[in-house]
Amino acid sequence: MIIIADGLSLGAIYALIALGYTMVYGIAKMLNFAHGDIIMVGAYVILTTLQMTGNPYIAIAASIVVCTVAGIVIERLAYKPLRGASPLAVLITAIGVSFLLQSVAQLIYGSKSQAIALPDFGKITIAGNHIAVSTLITLIVGGIIMAGLTVFVKKTSTGRAMQAVSEDRGAALLMGVNVNRIIMITFAIGSALAAFASLFYLMQIPSITPTLGSMPGIKAFTAAVIGGIGSIPGAMLGGVLLGLIEKVCLSIPAISPYTTAIEFGLLIIILLVKPIGILGKQRREKV
Amino acid sequence: MALLEIKNLEVFYGMIQAIKGISFEVNEGEIVTLIGANGAGKTTTMQSIMGLVPIKRGTVTYNGQDITKVPGHKIVNLGMTQVPEGRRIFQELTVYDNLLMGAYTVKDKKQIKDDIDEICTRFEILGQRKNQIAGTLSGGEQQMLAMGRAMMSHPKLLMLDEPSMGLSPLFVDKVFDIIKDYHKSGTTILLVEQNAKKALSIADRAYVLETGSISLSGKAEDLLNNEDVKKAYLGA
Repeated sequence: MIIIADGLSLGAIYALIALGYTMVYGIAKMLNFAHGDIIMVGAYVILTTLQMTGNPYIAIAASIVVCTVAGIVIERLAYKPLRGASPLAVLITAIGVSFLLQSVAQLIYGSKSQAIALPDFGKITIAGNHIAVSTLITLIVGGIIMAGLTVFVKKTSTGRAMQAVSEDRGAALLMGVNVNRIIMITFAIGSALAAFASLFYLMQIPSITPTLGSMPGIKAFTAAVIGGIGSIPGAMLGGVLLGLIEKVCLSIPAISPYTTAIEFGLLIIILLVKPIGILGKQRREKV
Repeated sequence: MALLEIKNLEVFYGMIQAIKGISFEVNEGEIVTLIGANGAGKTTTMQSIMGLVPIKRGTVTYNGQDITKVPGHKIVNLGMTQVPEGRRIFQELTVYDNLLMGAYTVKDKKQIKDDIDEICTRFEILGQRKNQIAGTLSGGEQQMLAMGRAMMSHPKLLMLDEPSMGLSPLFVDKVFDIIKDYHKSGTTILLVEQNAKKALSIADRAYVLETGSISLSGKAEDLLNNEDVKKAYLGA
Protein backbone atom coordinates (compact mmCIF):
# COMPACT_ATOMS: atom_id res chain seq x y z
CA MET A 1 0.00 0.00 0.00
CA ILE A 2 2.80 2.39 0.94
CA ILE A 3 4.68 1.35 -2.16
CA ILE A 4 1.65 1.97 -4.34
CA ALA A 5 1.05 5.39 -2.77
CA ASP A 6 4.72 6.31 -3.17
CA GLY A 7 4.72 5.03 -6.72
CA LEU A 8 1.59 6.96 -7.62
CA SER A 9 2.96 10.16 -6.14
CA LEU A 10 6.31 9.78 -7.92
CA GLY A 11 4.25 8.96 -11.01
CA ALA A 12 2.33 12.21 -10.57
CA ILE A 13 5.63 14.11 -10.53
CA TYR A 14 6.81 12.36 -13.70
CA ALA A 15 3.43 12.93 -15.32
CA LEU A 16 3.49 16.67 -14.58
CA ILE A 17 6.92 16.97 -16.19
CA ALA A 18 6.01 14.64 -19.04
CA LEU A 19 3.02 16.85 -19.85
CA GLY A 20 5.41 19.72 -20.52
CA TYR A 21 7.42 17.60 -22.96
CA THR A 22 4.41 16.14 -24.69
CA MET A 23 2.44 19.38 -25.09
CA VAL A 24 5.42 21.26 -26.48
CA TYR A 25 6.17 18.36 -28.81
CA GLY A 26 2.57 18.14 -29.98
CA ILE A 27 2.11 21.83 -30.59
CA ALA A 28 5.53 23.30 -31.38
CA LYS A 29 6.81 20.02 -32.93
CA MET A 30 10.07 20.17 -30.98
CA LEU A 31 11.75 18.29 -28.16
CA ASN A 32 12.43 20.83 -25.44
CA PHE A 33 15.36 19.21 -23.66
CA ALA A 34 15.70 22.27 -21.42
CA HIS A 35 12.37 21.38 -19.85
CA GLY A 36 13.94 19.29 -17.07
CA ASP A 37 16.07 22.25 -16.05
CA ILE A 38 12.97 24.35 -15.45
CA ILE A 39 12.38 22.04 -12.47
CA MET A 40 15.82 23.01 -11.19
CA VAL A 41 15.02 26.71 -11.69
CA GLY A 42 11.80 26.22 -9.74
CA ALA A 43 13.68 24.44 -6.95
CA TYR A 44 16.22 27.24 -6.52
CA VAL A 45 13.45 29.84 -6.55
CA ILE A 46 11.70 27.94 -3.76
CA LEU A 47 14.98 27.75 -1.85
CA THR A 48 15.77 31.46 -2.18
CA THR A 49 12.29 32.79 -1.43
CA LEU A 50 11.98 30.42 1.51
CA GLN A 51 15.25 31.74 2.92
CA MET A 52 14.14 35.34 2.35
CA THR A 53 10.53 35.17 3.53
CA GLY A 54 10.25 31.96 5.51
CA ASN A 55 6.81 31.49 4.00
CA PRO A 56 6.44 28.29 1.95
CA TYR A 57 3.32 29.55 0.17
CA ILE A 58 5.07 32.67 -1.12
CA ALA A 59 7.94 30.41 -2.21
CA ILE A 60 5.60 28.17 -4.17
CA ALA A 61 3.85 31.10 -5.83
CA ALA A 62 7.19 32.71 -6.72
CA SER A 63 8.39 29.44 -8.22
CA ILE A 64 5.31 29.13 -10.42
CA VAL A 65 5.64 32.72 -11.62
CA VAL A 66 9.38 32.51 -12.32
CA CYS A 67 9.13 29.16 -14.13
CA THR A 68 6.24 30.36 -16.29
CA VAL A 69 8.09 33.54 -17.23
CA ALA A 70 11.30 31.56 -17.84
CA GLY A 71 9.42 29.21 -20.17
CA ILE A 72 7.99 32.11 -22.17
CA VAL A 73 11.32 33.97 -22.35
CA ILE A 74 13.22 30.85 -23.45
CA GLU A 75 10.65 30.20 -26.18
CA ARG A 76 10.78 33.79 -27.41
CA LEU A 77 14.56 34.16 -27.41
CA ALA A 78 15.80 30.69 -28.27
CA TYR A 79 13.08 28.81 -30.16
CA LYS A 80 10.88 31.35 -31.90
CA PRO A 81 13.66 32.63 -34.20
CA LEU A 82 14.12 29.00 -35.30
CA ARG A 83 10.53 28.47 -36.40
CA GLY A 84 10.79 26.62 -39.71
CA ALA A 85 14.44 25.69 -39.18
CA SER A 86 15.55 22.06 -39.31
CA PRO A 87 14.50 19.98 -36.28
CA LEU A 88 18.16 19.21 -35.58
CA ALA A 89 19.00 22.91 -35.16
CA VAL A 90 16.12 23.31 -32.71
CA LEU A 91 17.15 20.19 -30.80
CA ILE A 92 20.74 21.38 -30.42
CA THR A 93 19.49 24.79 -29.31
CA ALA A 94 17.36 23.12 -26.65
CA ILE A 95 20.36 21.20 -25.36
CA GLY A 96 22.31 24.48 -25.38
CA VAL A 97 19.59 26.18 -23.32
CA SER A 98 19.76 23.26 -20.89
CA PHE A 99 23.51 23.74 -20.39
CA LEU A 100 23.02 27.50 -20.10
CA LEU A 101 20.46 27.15 -17.31
CA GLN A 102 22.65 24.66 -15.42
CA SER A 103 25.73 26.89 -15.77
CA VAL A 104 23.91 30.01 -14.61
CA ALA A 105 22.59 28.11 -11.59
CA GLN A 106 26.10 26.93 -10.85
CA LEU A 107 27.44 30.51 -11.06
CA ILE A 108 24.82 31.77 -8.63
CA TYR A 109 24.53 28.88 -6.20
CA GLY A 110 27.73 26.89 -6.71
CA SER A 111 27.84 23.23 -7.58
CA LYS A 112 27.45 21.86 -4.04
CA SER A 113 24.10 20.47 -3.11
CA GLN A 114 22.04 22.59 -0.76
CA ALA A 115 19.50 21.30 1.72
CA ILE A 116 16.07 22.82 1.87
CA ALA A 117 13.77 22.73 4.89
CA LEU A 118 10.20 22.41 3.70
CA PRO A 119 7.51 22.14 6.36
CA ASP A 120 7.08 18.53 7.50
CA PHE A 121 3.46 17.51 7.33
CA GLY A 122 4.15 14.26 9.16
CA LYS A 123 2.43 10.97 8.49
CA ILE A 124 -1.06 9.69 8.76
CA THR A 125 -2.22 6.15 9.25
CA ILE A 126 -4.60 4.70 6.72
CA ALA A 127 -5.69 1.11 7.33
CA GLY A 128 -2.59 0.43 9.39
CA ASN A 129 -0.18 1.95 6.86
CA HIS A 130 1.86 5.03 7.73
CA ILE A 131 1.80 7.27 4.68
CA ALA A 132 3.58 10.62 4.47
CA VAL A 133 1.10 13.46 4.12
CA SER A 134 3.38 15.02 1.49
CA THR A 135 2.87 11.91 -0.65
CA LEU A 136 -0.87 12.30 -0.43
CA ILE A 137 -0.65 16.02 -1.22
CA THR A 138 1.40 15.23 -4.32
CA LEU A 139 -1.11 12.63 -5.37
CA ILE A 140 -4.18 14.77 -4.84
CA VAL A 141 -2.87 18.10 -6.09
CA GLY A 142 -1.19 16.39 -9.06
CA GLY A 143 -4.47 14.67 -9.89
CA ILE A 144 -6.43 17.92 -9.65
CA ILE A 145 -3.96 19.74 -11.90
CA MET A 146 -4.12 17.00 -14.53
CA ALA A 147 -7.92 16.89 -14.42
CA GLY A 148 -7.98 20.69 -14.75
CA LEU A 149 -5.62 20.58 -17.72
CA THR A 150 -7.75 17.94 -19.44
CA VAL A 151 -10.88 20.07 -19.01
CA PHE A 152 -9.00 23.15 -20.22
CA VAL A 153 -7.77 21.45 -23.39
CA LYS A 154 -11.14 19.85 -24.18
CA LYS A 155 -13.57 22.56 -23.21
CA THR A 156 -12.05 25.99 -23.75
CA SER A 157 -11.54 27.87 -26.96
CA THR A 158 -7.79 28.18 -26.31
CA GLY A 159 -7.56 24.46 -25.52
CA ARG A 160 -9.33 23.57 -28.75
CA ALA A 161 -7.00 25.89 -30.62
CA MET A 162 -4.06 24.01 -29.05
CA GLN A 163 -5.44 20.73 -30.39
CA ALA A 164 -6.02 22.33 -33.78
CA VAL A 165 -2.49 23.75 -34.00
CA SER A 166 -1.11 20.38 -32.96
CA GLU A 167 -2.91 18.68 -35.82
CA ASP A 168 -2.59 21.23 -38.63
CA ARG A 169 -0.90 24.55 -38.04
CA GLY A 170 -1.90 26.02 -41.41
CA ALA A 171 -5.56 25.10 -41.06
CA ALA A 172 -5.59 26.55 -37.54
CA LEU A 173 -4.22 29.80 -38.93
CA LEU A 174 -7.07 29.86 -41.47
CA MET A 175 -9.47 29.79 -38.50
CA GLY A 176 -7.85 32.97 -37.18
CA VAL A 177 -5.66 31.24 -34.57
CA ASN A 178 -2.51 33.14 -33.66
CA VAL A 179 -0.15 30.16 -33.76
CA ASN A 180 2.71 31.99 -32.02
CA ARG A 181 0.45 32.90 -29.14
CA ILE A 182 -0.72 29.30 -28.76
CA ILE A 183 2.88 28.06 -28.71
CA MET A 184 3.70 30.66 -26.05
CA ILE A 185 0.75 29.56 -23.91
CA THR A 186 1.88 25.95 -24.27
CA PHE A 187 5.35 26.77 -22.99
CA ALA A 188 3.83 28.80 -20.14
CA ILE A 189 1.56 25.92 -19.05
CA GLY A 190 4.34 23.33 -19.38
CA SER A 191 6.68 25.44 -17.26
CA ALA A 192 4.05 26.11 -14.60
CA LEU A 193 3.49 22.34 -14.35
CA ALA A 194 7.25 21.91 -13.97
CA ALA A 195 7.15 24.38 -11.03
CA PHE A 196 4.61 22.16 -9.29
CA ALA A 197 6.76 19.14 -10.10
CA SER A 198 9.80 20.81 -8.52
CA LEU A 199 7.84 21.47 -5.32
CA PHE A 200 6.65 17.87 -5.10
CA TYR A 201 10.14 16.63 -5.94
CA LEU A 202 11.66 18.68 -3.10
CA MET A 203 9.05 17.31 -0.71
CA GLN A 204 10.49 13.86 -1.42
CA ILE A 205 14.17 14.72 -1.84
CA PRO A 206 14.94 18.01 -0.07
CA SER A 207 18.32 18.77 -1.62
CA ILE A 208 19.15 20.92 -4.63
CA THR A 209 21.98 20.87 -7.17
CA PRO A 210 22.27 22.63 -10.57
CA THR A 211 21.75 19.28 -12.32
CA LEU A 212 18.72 18.34 -10.25
CA GLY A 213 16.43 18.53 -13.27
CA SER A 214 18.37 16.12 -15.48
CA MET A 215 17.29 12.75 -14.12
CA PRO A 216 13.60 13.51 -13.51
CA GLY A 217 13.65 15.30 -16.87
CA ILE A 218 14.93 12.25 -18.72
CA LYS A 219 12.62 9.91 -16.79
CA ALA A 220 9.64 12.11 -17.59
CA PHE A 221 10.66 12.27 -21.24
CA THR A 222 10.81 8.47 -21.20
CA ALA A 223 7.35 8.45 -19.65
CA ALA A 224 6.07 10.77 -22.39
CA VAL A 225 7.46 8.49 -25.11
CA ILE A 226 6.11 5.34 -23.44
CA GLY A 227 2.67 6.92 -23.19
CA GLY A 228 2.85 8.26 -26.74
CA ILE A 229 4.53 11.62 -27.24
CA GLY A 230 2.12 14.34 -28.25
CA SER A 231 -0.72 12.70 -26.32
CA ILE A 232 -1.80 14.34 -23.06
CA PRO A 233 -3.46 11.26 -21.52
CA GLY A 234 -0.43 9.31 -22.76
CA ALA A 235 1.92 11.50 -20.71
CA MET A 236 -0.21 11.00 -17.61
CA LEU A 237 -0.37 7.24 -18.10
CA GLY A 238 3.34 6.96 -18.91
CA GLY A 239 4.29 9.04 -15.88
CA VAL A 240 2.19 7.06 -13.42
CA LEU A 241 3.34 3.77 -14.92
CA LEU A 242 7.01 4.73 -14.65
CA GLY A 243 6.59 6.02 -11.09
CA LEU A 244 4.92 2.78 -10.00
CA ILE A 245 7.54 0.61 -11.70
CA GLU A 246 10.34 2.61 -10.09
CA LYS A 247 8.96 2.35 -6.56
CA VAL A 248 8.03 -1.33 -6.89
CA CYS A 249 11.49 -2.20 -8.23
CA LEU A 250 13.19 -0.20 -5.48
CA SER A 251 11.20 -2.08 -2.84
CA ILE A 252 12.48 -5.49 -3.96
CA PRO A 253 16.09 -5.83 -2.75
CA ALA A 254 17.07 -8.32 -5.44
CA ILE A 255 16.24 -6.02 -8.35
CA SER A 256 16.46 -2.55 -6.81
CA PRO A 257 19.98 -1.91 -8.18
CA TYR A 258 18.62 -2.43 -11.70
CA THR A 259 15.66 -0.07 -11.34
CA THR A 260 16.84 2.55 -13.82
CA ALA A 261 17.87 -0.14 -16.29
CA ILE A 262 14.41 -1.67 -16.05
CA GLU A 263 12.75 1.69 -16.67
CA PHE A 264 14.79 2.46 -19.77
CA GLY A 265 14.50 -1.19 -20.82
CA LEU A 266 10.74 -0.69 -20.84
CA LEU A 267 11.26 2.28 -23.13
CA ILE A 268 13.25 0.14 -25.54
CA ILE A 269 10.59 -2.57 -25.51
CA ILE A 270 7.83 -0.02 -26.17
CA LEU A 271 9.86 1.49 -29.02
CA LEU A 272 10.28 -1.98 -30.54
CA VAL A 273 6.70 -3.12 -30.09
CA LYS A 274 4.68 0.08 -30.47
CA PRO A 275 6.97 2.96 -31.50
CA ILE A 276 4.20 5.55 -31.26
CA GLY A 277 3.67 4.76 -27.57
CA ILE A 278 0.76 3.22 -25.69
CA LEU A 279 -1.77 5.95 -26.48
CA GLY A 280 0.05 7.51 -29.42
CA LYS A 281 -1.89 8.08 -32.59
CA GLN A 282 -0.54 7.35 -36.00
CA ARG A 283 -0.88 10.49 -38.05
CA ARG A 284 -1.23 10.24 -41.75
CA GLU A 285 1.27 12.49 -43.45
CA LYS A 286 -0.48 14.94 -45.71
CA VAL A 287 0.53 15.16 -49.32
CA MET B 1 -14.04 49.16 -56.02
CA ALA B 2 -12.67 45.67 -55.98
CA LEU B 3 -13.14 43.74 -52.75
CA LEU B 4 -9.92 41.82 -53.33
CA GLU B 5 -7.18 43.07 -55.59
CA ILE B 6 -3.98 41.20 -56.39
CA LYS B 7 -1.26 43.21 -58.12
CA ASN B 8 1.92 41.80 -59.70
CA LEU B 9 2.04 38.92 -57.23
CA GLU B 10 5.28 36.93 -57.21
CA VAL B 11 5.85 33.84 -55.06
CA PHE B 12 8.99 31.71 -54.87
CA TYR B 13 9.68 28.25 -53.46
CA GLY B 14 13.39 28.56 -52.83
CA MET B 15 14.87 29.49 -56.21
CA ILE B 16 11.85 28.39 -58.17
CA GLN B 17 9.35 31.05 -59.11
CA ALA B 18 5.86 29.62 -58.80
CA ILE B 19 3.88 32.80 -59.44
CA LYS B 20 5.26 35.19 -62.02
CA GLY B 21 3.64 38.53 -61.38
CA ILE B 22 -0.09 37.91 -61.69
CA SER B 23 -2.81 40.51 -61.19
CA PHE B 24 -6.52 39.93 -60.75
CA GLU B 25 -9.45 41.26 -58.83
CA VAL B 26 -12.67 40.11 -57.23
CA ASN B 27 -15.51 42.59 -57.04
CA GLU B 28 -18.11 42.58 -54.31
CA GLY B 29 -20.96 40.19 -55.08
CA GLU B 30 -19.12 38.26 -57.80
CA ILE B 31 -18.16 34.64 -58.19
CA VAL B 32 -14.71 34.66 -59.71
CA THR B 33 -12.93 31.47 -60.63
CA LEU B 34 -9.29 30.72 -61.18
CA ILE B 35 -8.87 27.69 -63.42
CA GLY B 36 -5.81 25.91 -64.65
CA ALA B 37 -3.99 22.60 -64.79
CA ASN B 38 -2.07 20.87 -62.03
CA GLY B 39 0.97 22.88 -61.00
CA ALA B 40 -0.22 26.13 -62.61
CA GLY B 41 0.01 27.88 -59.24
CA LYS B 42 -3.64 28.10 -58.22
CA THR B 43 -3.18 26.81 -54.70
CA THR B 44 0.01 28.79 -54.22
CA THR B 45 -1.89 31.95 -55.15
CA MET B 46 -4.65 31.13 -52.68
CA GLN B 47 -2.22 30.31 -49.89
CA SER B 48 -0.17 33.45 -50.42
CA ILE B 49 -3.29 35.62 -50.14
CA MET B 50 -3.92 34.19 -46.66
CA GLY B 51 -0.28 34.47 -45.62
CA LEU B 52 0.38 30.71 -45.65
CA VAL B 53 3.21 31.13 -48.15
CA PRO B 54 5.36 34.26 -48.15
CA ILE B 55 4.90 36.81 -50.94
CA LYS B 56 8.11 37.94 -52.58
CA ARG B 57 6.79 40.91 -54.54
CA GLY B 58 3.43 42.46 -55.30
CA THR B 59 0.49 43.52 -53.19
CA VAL B 60 -2.77 42.07 -51.91
CA THR B 61 -5.46 44.63 -51.14
CA TYR B 62 -8.66 43.70 -49.36
CA ASN B 63 -11.48 46.20 -48.97
CA GLY B 64 -9.05 49.04 -49.68
CA GLN B 65 -6.54 47.86 -47.07
CA ASP B 66 -3.09 46.57 -47.98
CA ILE B 67 -2.92 43.11 -46.36
CA THR B 68 0.27 41.87 -48.04
CA LYS B 69 2.14 41.89 -44.74
CA VAL B 70 -0.78 41.18 -42.40
CA PRO B 71 -0.36 37.83 -40.61
CA GLY B 72 -2.85 35.17 -41.72
CA HIS B 73 -4.69 34.86 -38.42
CA LYS B 74 -5.60 38.55 -38.54
CA ILE B 75 -6.91 38.34 -42.10
CA VAL B 76 -9.77 36.12 -40.89
CA ASN B 77 -10.87 38.97 -38.62
CA LEU B 78 -11.17 41.23 -41.66
CA GLY B 79 -13.91 39.03 -43.09
CA MET B 80 -12.11 36.72 -45.47
CA THR B 81 -11.54 33.04 -45.11
CA GLN B 82 -10.57 30.00 -47.09
CA VAL B 83 -11.63 26.40 -47.50
CA PRO B 84 -8.18 24.95 -48.16
CA GLU B 85 -7.20 22.37 -50.71
CA GLY B 86 -7.61 18.86 -49.34
CA ARG B 87 -10.21 20.20 -46.85
CA ARG B 88 -7.84 20.02 -43.90
CA ILE B 89 -10.51 19.54 -41.29
CA PHE B 90 -9.30 18.70 -37.80
CA GLN B 91 -9.48 14.92 -38.04
CA GLU B 92 -9.09 14.25 -34.33
CA LEU B 93 -11.75 16.71 -33.19
CA THR B 94 -15.49 16.13 -33.32
CA VAL B 95 -17.63 17.67 -36.06
CA TYR B 96 -19.01 20.05 -33.43
CA ASP B 97 -15.53 21.11 -32.26
CA ASN B 98 -14.49 21.67 -35.88
CA LEU B 99 -17.39 24.07 -36.29
CA LEU B 100 -16.43 25.78 -33.03
CA MET B 101 -12.90 26.20 -34.41
CA GLY B 102 -14.42 27.89 -37.44
CA ALA B 103 -15.99 30.39 -35.05
CA TYR B 104 -12.67 31.02 -33.28
CA THR B 105 -12.81 34.74 -34.07
CA VAL B 106 -16.49 35.07 -33.09
CA LYS B 107 -16.94 36.11 -29.47
CA ASP B 108 -20.74 36.08 -29.20
CA LYS B 109 -21.71 32.68 -27.71
CA LYS B 110 -25.38 32.97 -28.70
CA GLN B 111 -24.38 33.77 -32.27
CA ILE B 112 -22.10 30.73 -32.40
CA LYS B 113 -24.90 28.47 -31.15
CA ASP B 114 -27.34 29.86 -33.73
CA ASP B 115 -24.76 29.50 -36.50
CA ILE B 116 -24.07 25.89 -35.61
CA ASP B 117 -27.81 25.17 -35.66
CA GLU B 118 -28.07 26.87 -39.03
CA ILE B 119 -25.16 24.93 -40.50
CA CYS B 120 -26.50 21.66 -39.15
CA THR B 121 -29.74 22.42 -40.98
CA ARG B 122 -27.95 23.45 -44.17
CA PHE B 123 -25.81 20.31 -44.03
CA GLU B 124 -28.05 17.66 -42.54
CA ILE B 125 -25.29 15.09 -42.43
CA LEU B 126 -23.24 17.32 -40.10
CA GLY B 127 -26.22 17.70 -37.78
CA GLN B 128 -26.58 13.93 -37.59
CA ARG B 129 -22.88 13.42 -36.93
CA LYS B 130 -22.25 16.36 -34.61
CA ASN B 131 -20.45 14.32 -31.96
CA GLN B 132 -18.57 12.04 -34.31
CA ILE B 133 -14.80 12.36 -34.75
CA ALA B 134 -14.33 14.28 -37.99
CA GLY B 135 -11.70 11.86 -39.34
CA THR B 136 -14.37 9.17 -39.62
CA LEU B 137 -16.44 11.16 -42.15
CA SER B 138 -16.35 10.33 -45.84
CA GLY B 139 -14.57 12.65 -48.26
CA GLY B 140 -17.75 14.37 -49.34
CA GLU B 141 -18.91 14.81 -45.77
CA GLN B 142 -15.52 16.23 -44.85
CA GLN B 143 -15.88 18.77 -47.66
CA MET B 144 -19.27 19.78 -46.24
CA LEU B 145 -17.64 20.17 -42.85
CA ALA B 146 -14.78 22.24 -44.27
CA MET B 147 -17.29 24.55 -45.95
CA GLY B 148 -19.50 24.75 -42.87
CA ARG B 149 -16.47 25.48 -40.74
CA ALA B 150 -15.45 28.36 -43.00
CA MET B 151 -19.00 29.79 -42.93
CA MET B 152 -18.85 30.01 -39.12
CA SER B 153 -16.70 33.15 -39.33
CA HIS B 154 -19.26 34.97 -41.52
CA PRO B 155 -16.86 35.83 -44.31
CA LYS B 156 -17.59 38.63 -46.78
CA LEU B 157 -15.24 36.87 -49.15
CA LEU B 158 -15.04 33.08 -49.17
CA MET B 159 -12.20 31.43 -51.04
CA LEU B 160 -12.53 27.78 -51.98
CA ASP B 161 -9.56 25.79 -53.16
CA GLU B 162 -10.52 22.73 -55.23
CA PRO B 163 -13.71 21.95 -53.31
CA SER B 164 -14.70 19.20 -55.76
CA MET B 165 -11.39 17.35 -55.67
CA GLY B 166 -11.72 13.62 -55.20
CA LEU B 167 -15.48 13.66 -54.77
CA SER B 168 -18.12 11.48 -56.39
CA PRO B 169 -20.18 13.22 -59.13
CA LEU B 170 -23.14 13.39 -56.76
CA PHE B 171 -21.14 15.30 -54.17
CA VAL B 172 -19.54 17.50 -56.84
CA ASP B 173 -23.00 18.73 -57.84
CA LYS B 174 -23.90 19.21 -54.20
CA VAL B 175 -20.77 21.27 -53.54
CA PHE B 176 -21.48 23.58 -56.47
CA ASP B 177 -25.11 23.96 -55.39
CA ILE B 178 -23.95 24.99 -51.92
CA ILE B 179 -21.54 27.54 -53.38
CA LYS B 180 -24.31 29.03 -55.53
CA ASP B 181 -26.66 29.12 -52.55
CA TYR B 182 -24.13 30.71 -50.27
CA HIS B 183 -23.31 33.30 -52.90
CA LYS B 184 -26.99 34.22 -53.14
CA SER B 185 -27.04 34.91 -49.41
CA GLY B 186 -24.59 37.74 -50.06
CA THR B 187 -21.07 36.35 -49.99
CA THR B 188 -18.42 37.08 -52.60
CA ILE B 189 -16.69 33.93 -53.86
CA LEU B 190 -13.23 33.24 -55.20
CA LEU B 191 -13.15 29.67 -56.49
CA VAL B 192 -10.14 27.69 -57.59
CA GLU B 193 -11.02 24.61 -59.60
CA GLN B 194 -9.65 21.95 -61.88
CA ASN B 195 -13.18 21.11 -62.88
CA ALA B 196 -13.23 24.07 -65.28
CA LYS B 197 -16.58 23.31 -66.85
CA LYS B 198 -18.41 23.27 -63.53
CA ALA B 199 -16.55 26.31 -62.24
CA LEU B 200 -17.22 28.38 -65.37
CA SER B 201 -20.87 27.43 -65.30
CA ILE B 202 -21.48 29.13 -61.95
CA ALA B 203 -18.92 31.97 -62.17
CA ASP B 204 -19.32 35.56 -63.35
CA ARG B 205 -15.72 36.01 -64.43
CA ALA B 206 -12.71 33.77 -64.75
CA TYR B 207 -8.94 33.81 -65.04
CA VAL B 208 -6.91 31.03 -66.62
CA LEU B 209 -3.63 30.36 -64.88
CA GLU B 210 -0.78 28.70 -66.79
CA THR B 211 2.58 27.96 -65.16
CA GLY B 212 2.48 30.96 -62.89
CA SER B 213 1.00 33.51 -65.30
CA ILE B 214 -2.50 34.50 -66.29
CA SER B 215 -2.94 33.54 -69.92
CA LEU B 216 -6.57 34.43 -70.38
CA SER B 217 -9.34 36.24 -68.56
CA GLY B 218 -12.87 37.37 -69.17
CA LYS B 219 -16.52 36.63 -68.62
CA ALA B 220 -17.11 33.04 -67.61
CA GLU B 221 -19.60 32.38 -70.43
CA ASP B 222 -17.16 33.76 -73.02
CA LEU B 223 -14.44 31.45 -71.72
CA LEU B 224 -16.84 28.52 -71.83
CA ASN B 225 -17.16 29.14 -75.56
CA ASN B 226 -13.51 29.98 -76.18
CA GLU B 227 -11.91 27.44 -78.52
CA ASP B 228 -8.54 27.35 -76.68
CA VAL B 229 -10.18 26.90 -73.31
CA LYS B 230 -12.42 24.19 -74.72
CA LYS B 231 -9.45 22.29 -76.06
CA ALA B 232 -7.21 22.65 -73.01
CA TYR B 233 -9.62 22.46 -70.08
CA LEU B 234 -13.06 21.34 -71.10
CA GLY B 235 -12.02 18.20 -72.94
CA ALA B 236 -14.00 19.11 -76.05
